[in-house]
Amino acid sequence: MRTIRNGLVLALGITMTALGATACGGGGDATPPAAGPNEHVDLTLATFTEFGYEALIPEYERLHPNIKITHRKTGQGGPYHEELVTKLAAGSGLADVTALEEGHLSDFLDKGSKFNDLSKIGPADASPDRWLSWKYDAAKTKDGKLIGYGTDIGPLAMCYRKDMFKAAGLPDDPEAVKPLFATWDSYFAAGADFVKKSNGKAWFDSAAQNFNAMVNQLPQGYIGSDDKLAVEGNQGIKDAWTKVTDAVAKGESAKLTAFSNEWNTGFKQGAFATKVCPAWMLGVIKEQAGPENAGKWAVTAAFPGGGGNWGGSYLTVPTQSKHPKEAAELAAWLTAPEQQIKAFQAKGTFPSQVKALTDPALLGKTDDYFGGTKVGELFAEQAKKVQKPQYKGPGDGQIQENASSPALQAVEQGKSAADGWNQMVEAAKKITR
Amino acid sequence: MTVLDKVAPEGSKAGERTSPRPTFRHRLSRWDVKVSPYLYIAPFFILFGIVGLFPLLYTAYVSLFKWEAGSDDPDFIGLDNFKELFADAQFWNALTNTISIFLLSSVPQIIIAVLLAALLGARLRGATGWRVGILLPYAASLVAIGIIFANLFGPKYGLINGVLQTIGLDPVDWQANRFGSHVAIAIMVNWRWTGYNALIVLAAMQAIPKELHEAALIDGAGTWRRFWNVTLPLLRPTLIFVTITSTIGGLQIFTEPKLFDAMPGSNNGGSTNQFQTVTLYLYQTAFQNADLGYASAIAWVLFLIIVLIALGNFFLTGRLARPQAVKKK
Repeated sequence: MRTIRNGLVLALGITMTALGATACGGGGDATPPAAGPNEHVDLTLATFTEFGYEALIPEYERLHPNIKITHRKTGQGGPYHEELVTKLAAGSGLADVTALEEGHLSDFLDKGSKFNDLSKIGPADASPDRWLSWKYDAAKTKDGKLIGYGTDIGPLAMCYRKDMFKAAGLPDDPEAVKPLFATWDSYFAAGADFVKKSNGKAWFDSAAQNFNAMVNQLPQGYIGSDDKLAVEGNQGIKDAWTKVTDAVAKGESAKLTAFSNEWNTGFKQGAFATKVCPAWMLGVIKEQAGPENAGKWAVTAAFPGGGGNWGGSYLTVPTQSKHPKEAAELAAWLTAPEQQIKAFQAKGTFPSQVKALTDPALLGKTDDYFGGTKVGELFAEQAKKVQKPQYKGPGDGQIQENASSPALQAVEQGKSAADGWNQMVEAAKKITR
Repeated sequence: MTVLDKVAPEGSKAGERTSPRPTFRHRLSRWDVKVSPYLYIAPFFILFGIVGLFPLLYTAYVSLFKWEAGSDDPDFIGLDNFKELFADAQFWNALTNTISIFLLSSVPQIIIAVLLAALLGARLRGATGWRVGILLPYAASLVAIGIIFANLFGPKYGLINGVLQTIGLDPVDWQANRFGSHVAIAIMVNWRWTGYNALIVLAAMQAIPKELHEAALIDGAGTWRRFWNVTLPLLRPTLIFVTITSTIGGLQIFTEPKLFDAMPGSNNGGSTNQFQTVTLYLYQTAFQNADLGYASAIAWVLFLIIVLIALGNFFLTGRLARPQAVKKK
């Protein structure tokens, strides 16, 4: 018995030592001065999915022989941003230039003190007028700090199945369908008509996809400008909810969760006739619907309720960076119009810079899959329809992901619209608690 | 002590008077005897202290704070996180799901594992091939299995519903239906772990002395009776081990429900949390809601529940197998 106790005491002693060692792990965070022009600088760049920077990095290194860039590329956005929060909390591990997605931006704006103010440390040519104003303004904290340079955007248009429209006796020419997509009311009414005429085929893929677009168009979203939850008092959100759940009740939804395997199969099977289409969605449709459906999909420069934006990212320089000045320069260069066009040509990321939107390389871009439509010009037009950024308080993206989307999914699975609404409100309250 | 007595004169030089104070070498060897064993076993305890005990204690510490990831000054709130947790309907829902999935997986898993082991223990052509084969699901990547099964159980285009419909049954919305989702996840777990457990049981079965079976055979016991009255009671320690490991694993189930969700990357466990497990809720709280204090409270409650259930299992398994053993004697 005695030996056991001794062992325990020893183990405890060792643990205490370990505890002490770990507790002292913190470090000072004095900002080092900018490196000299010939001093060797190692920079890291963290992105997720496809930014189209593969060819740009060696080019930047050629232009700046003293800089060496390590590109850390992650596949999925969700885990990437979860890791960012952890690294932000740990106080180390973030890349010098760290990409943030628009949907997660609000949570990081809330922690603005952990990012450098790019309007102060960035190069002079990265002036506000380089970007579409709403893209630029969305990355400003409440006290006016700019934490990120805008990369791509996701202007919204409407994609639809020409062949299914024709079979149901609806107009199918890109110009002729525009009136159907003028407002959300006309859109859902056309959907009810389509369901009847096509023997119960679905009009759209998922209620949550439409609802997200509708909420994003409102002057105020889930969170008020006082950072308090504003779901219950917001008539716009309630109206959008009613419209979408009514459409579900009329059989307009294919009830497929976006980006799930079933959703992917749904594209191949022609399970729905329309799809809200941010610029980057064209690539998704092409990949999921496959070559066998080429020419059946079309896209038109119309979106219910005007325009909107869905997606796009920012490049930030966390205060953890040891070379903030050099990092800001790299971020500014990568988001300059010339580079944005190159990234667009490489991976189709749609540029957010005013100058890039009139670039012939962009305007001349056509897509054979979508019947040879001038997609570059189309989305440039849609991008200009976006008014101003909706204020997104902390937790906004979370509410979309973990309150409204699951609640709409529950309605699609048979819950009543009223119960679904309560589920969403309760979940949103819990998130903002 | 005898060792020390021998060492002492050796350390003193010949002709010299043995001083009452021990020499340096003497002290060194005394230390050697006293300390060395602890040093030899120390690596385990140091490692355990760093990666086991420290996180456990630190989690308990964090659970006393309202601690948002990334915030600079967490507020000390005492046991408020625990109070809130016990009133949290989502936590109880997650706990019910976890226990339901655990029972649906562990119970059939262990029964099938024992039966499989009995079959594998019989004379088979190519016995090694069968034994390796049964372990194959375990060797496959868990993430790949999760994705494949989520596809199989797809509500619209899944293979299982396709089969159900061809034989004239109604399709099941495996994700929307609470019990359906639990069954689907349990099947995923069983597919992976049954073979692994069967091999452990098989090893224990083969360690049973042949004489016991022969004696029972002479006494006129049939195959089934020998299995029930000889094999099973002697498997008791192994069954306890298998039950406890599967309890720990079952209550910590995470990957399968996470990948089963139709929404990629979601931690909700379905539209109404119908298959959100405690670990999934813990993960969501910590890394999505960045609420580290509350997540730590969940972690500690889960830890205590696992300890309790593992202890309960230990006694239950012991009791179940014991009467047989007594009867045999």
